[in-house]
Amino acid sequence: MLKITSLVKRYGSGDPVLKNLDLEIAEETVVSIIGSSGAGKSTLLRCINRLVEPTSGSIVLNGTELTTLNRAGLRGARRKIGMVFQGFNLVDRLTVMENVQSGRLGVLPTWRAVMRKYPKEDIRRAYELMERVGIARYANKRADELSGGERQRVGVVRALMQEPEILLADEPTASLDPKTSEQIMQLLRDLAREFSLPVLINIHNTTEAKEYTDRIVGMRYGRIIFDAAPEALDREAMDRIYSGTPAAERGEYTPDPSFAVAAS
Amino acid sequence: MTDQTRDTWRKPPFIANPVLRYAVILGIAAYVVITAATLPLDWDRASQGLTRAARIFSGAFPPSFERSSLLIDGFLESLKIAILATFGGVILSIPIAFMAARNIAPRPIYYLGRGIIIVARSFHPVIVAIIFVKAVGFGPFAGVLTLIVYSIGFVAKMLAERIEEIDFGQVEAMRAAGAPFLSTLVYAVFPQILPRQIGLSIYQLDSNLRASAVVGIVGAGGIGATLANAFGRYDYDFALAITIVIVGVILLSEAVSGQIRKRMK
Repeated sequence: MLKITSLVKRYGSGDPVLKNLDLEIAEETVVSIIGSSGAGKSTLLRCINRLVEPTSGSIVLNGTELTTLNRAGLRGARRKIGMVFQGFNLVDRLTVMENVQSGRLGVLPTWRAVMRKYPKEDIRRAYELMERVGIARYANKRADELSGGERQRVGVVRALMQEPEILLADEPTASLDPKTSEQIMQLLRDLAREFSLPVLINIHNTTEAKEYTDRIVGMRYGRIIFDAAPEALDREAMDRIYSGTPAAERGEYTPDPSFAVAAS
Repeated sequence: MTDQTRDTWRKPPFIANPVLRYAVILGIAAYVVITAATLPLDWDRASQGLTRAARIFSGAFPPSFERSSLLIDGFLESLKIAILATFGGVILSIPIAFMAARNIAPRPIYYLGRGIIIVARSFHPVIVAIIFVKAVGFGPFAGVLTLIVYSIGFVAKMLAERIEEIDFGQVEAMRAAGAPFLSTLVYAVFPQILPRQIGLSIYQLDSNLRASAVVGIVGAGGIGATLANAFGRYDYDFALAITIVIVGVILLSEAVSGQIRKRMK
């Protein structure tokens, strides 16, 4: 379970990007985070694995407080947090297998990584996962030879190689065409069920958010102003999430109680 | 006025202020005239130089390949100097380039790395060679040391710039998986800079071969030393032979390195 309490992120001395955010993600739920660009979705996700350093607040993943970890502790915690990126972030010039194995770099001794001496069980797991998402035949291809959808599958397998306790997906479908995008969303959803993984997805496509996720969190200028089941996301809620300017935000906004849902 | 159709347009001048603009132009023109008027240009000496040059050239023809064993020895030495210096220079350049990459190195290390590169670049190889010849004596060893410094100045600088241009998303992905520093470098940075690294090494070998001929003249061994000796003994025909071979070898090495770099991607 992931529990975020009064999370604040401020870059420099400006207005905070995240303003006292509270969020709780239960096991095995697929949660989508929607909101206009600049709402803080990406910052929120990156605060969880501390690619972005939170200013204050607490983030607890399965009993571990992440915000106070030292370097070594943070590396240990990151191994359990899988991440999928908008631009895939694969190493283009390496093979698909090397890219997939790079998900194990957190546990693999450096010399083994350098020599490509991957443990047998890692290779077996890699083939199983690649088979599962349909990219096993590309194991020896260079990552840049694959299509967008295939590359994102490599990205997903890389994250799963970590045997993560949670999966973060930062706009995983934004660089893909509509059809492929749906396939990837379907895949994320299925994998969440198969591996009993909570998944947090930043997404711009609200139709996909409604169809493929269990819960929708709406963010606006650093605050959560909507948090409910997909059915509750109607026209009016969409307008509230996607309208407004930072100036209008200076006034206080709290989530409308009518949308509140027990985060079970 | 404003309602008129507008059909003329001029590119805005580089210096907007007209007074400043004409002042700069006049200033440059005046400086050129004054310099030309005050420099001791002696046309007599220039014409004497022409006849002397004619004597050298007539003495140089036809080029003499009689002592070709000397020429070949000199070249082999130059080649050894170039290869050794490229190898050493490239090996040293890699860590220095990482130190000098703003996106990888912490601030103090970054300044240290940049400092090393600036020092290595600030002197022409001939000046470095003079220092090394003084330090370790005449011969190829001084040449190797000189060209190592020269290689670092170029390869480390270009490589550092390539490292600063990498797609940082790949580094972020490794970090997100909890990868330690060295593994991250090997997986996310090396593959991205490898093509440039190989291209730079080949270019530097080519460049070192050329430079080894020059530093040889001040005593750092190789074909340059052979050439300097030939000039010193007024063996202009042999000197011409050496020059022809140098040009030929450099053309050849440039063609080869160009081909290799083109094939690699």
